[in-house]
Amino acid sequence: MFDIFLDDAPALVVVLPLLISAIIAFMPSKIWPWIISIFTLLLHLFLSLHLLKEISVSGLIIYEFGNWEPPWGISFKIDGVNIGLQLLFSIFVLVSTFYSRKIFLNEIDYRDSGKAYSLWLLAVGSLNGIILTNDIFNLFVFLEISALASISLIALGAGQNRKALLAAFNYLIIGAIGATFYVIGVGFAYAMTGTLNMNDLVIQLAQYSDGQLAIFAGMSFMLIGLMVKAAIFPVHIWLPPAYSYAPSAVSTLLAALATKTILYFFVRLLYEVFIIYPSYLSLFLDFVLYPLSLLAIFIGTVIAIYQDDIKKLLAFSSIAQIGYITLAFSLKDHSGVASGFVHIFNHALIKGGLFMAVGYFAILYKDRVTLNSLKGFGYKYPITSFALLICGLSLIGLPLTNGFISKLYLFQALYTNQMYFSIALVAVSSALAVVYFWKIVEQMWFSEVKFKSEKEDAYIYLPIWIVTISIIVFGIYSTPIIEFSNLSADYLISGYQN
Amino acid sequence: MVGGLFIIITSQNYLKKVVGLAIFQTAVFVFFVSLAKVLDGTAPILTKMANAYSNPLPHVLILTAIVVGVATSALGLALVLQIYKNYETIEEKEIESLELKSDK
Repeated sequence: MFDIFLDDAPALVVVLPLLISAIIAFMPSKIWPWIISIFTLLLHLFLSLHLLKEISVSGLIIYEFGNWEPPWGISFKIDGVNIGLQLLFSIFVLVSTFYSRKIFLNEIDYRDSGKAYSLWLLAVGSLNGIILTNDIFNLFVFLEISALASISLIALGAGQNRKALLAAFNYLIIGAIGATFYVIGVGFAYAMTGTLNMNDLVIQLAQYSDGQLAIFAGMSFMLIGLMVKAAIFPVHIWLPPAYSYAPSAVSTLLAALATKTILYFFVRLLYEVFIIYPSYLSLFLDFVLYPLSLLAIFIGTVIAIYQDDIKKLLAFSSIAQIGYITLAFSLKDHSGVASGFVHIFNHALIKGGLFMAVGYFAILYKDRVTLNSLKGFGYKYPITSFALLICGLSLIGLPLTNGFISKLYLFQALYTNQMYFSIALVAVSSALAVVYFWKIVEQMWFSEVKFKSEKEDAYIYLPIWIVTISIIVFGIYSTPIIEFSNLSADYLISGYQN
Repeated sequence: MVGGLFIIITSQNYLKKVVGLAIFQTAVFVFFVSLAKVLDGTAPILTKMANAYSNPLPHVLILTAIVVGVATSALGLALVLQIYKNYETIEEKEIESLELKSDK
């Protein structure tokens, strides 16, 4: 009987959170929405593990909704590219949901917690849809569900600071413009090919072998729309306020996973569909994505140094880190794409851990965490502070942390492509990351003020430490991440070389 | 379409921005519906009279996109309402000057 459910696992990982979110929306209770969410996400993790097992046997699952065969029906595709991301997503969402309970209770009215978890699950389900979908219009729908859910979650931060409303509003306007650009692109692609399925799109595009202006226009529209959503450098302006004024638990979820899933789809579109026009692709990668990534790395890091507000500092450092990922993806070879995926995994863990720790400080301090307010926190709250230290060292890229593995692979990829200028820039930017992180460390451990250590809440520091330990573990034993990334790159690049 | 985008960028009033967004999106919807037209085609209902049908799929897609657009506008308007309740204005410049004051 249970097998019936397992057959539909690809659909259930998306549909289950969406369904449960409707059920818990109007629960006035403090605790039940959280318990139900945790159980839903445990089931979600179980289904993801089942998918992993299936993939290791068959290598490819195409799930057709309502048994309508592609290209007519909507389909989900699970293969080597997204299974690793799916697993990371499942695990991280579970951990951050566990973390979110006490944070939500402190930051928003407890009567709203049903609605908050409803939006939370809505965001989870739709982001997972972005990972799995194989249909370009279906992606737009998931993109918008996730955007609307996260905008509402960000606006919940208005109880703390009314600027959250402005941040949410700006995100809404900019995000909606991005999504609409994407739809225009889909319209062009559909007009030329008559299909929305990604695999079929490749086949249909092949008939216009030298390319058509309408297709290039459509592709450009799609890419720009996705760049807005993924916060790639010049169109990132919605991100820092949105992340920094959202409730802490929400910043954790969004910073770790939201932009990553969209980046994943971005790279999939580039290397799976647009690969059919190599000249267009290399034009885009060399003259658009590559310079923009370098600018993002440099400018993001420099702005982060001048931030006083810690959450804003982390948000700007996210811009730089997204720059590292897109830089790796712009390299057009196996090592580049693989190192991009390595950094997607590692950065999700690092930023998640950092936002979790800072979110806890915000609750302890009962105000926004600025550099000054961190004075002596290293002695006052040693457990959380130490986790923050490790996550921060990993952000810089010290050995024994997973940030080092990312940097190592990125340098290797750049070196094989003989991009010495980029190597220098990445190294400088890592050094600058030391500057902004050192400012935090200095306030926390080396200020005049001394405190006795106070009791910390185990419900909050346990998830933080789960993330921190995974950072160390993957820094020493990095094989799983490397293997998943190589698998992803194998699938994507094999199309490129043929 | 350009008109909608122009309104979003130039207007200082948040309400007008939401309206501009709606116009921008509607323009794209019309673009999609225009794709569906087939010369001499009739509505896609099975009859013996017709020899060509318009393509119904873009219509269906746009039906979905309209729902998304409605949700976006609704959320945008709700946010404008909340901004008004908190700041007692929805003009971008006035809010900026308020924020500058509160930062000092």
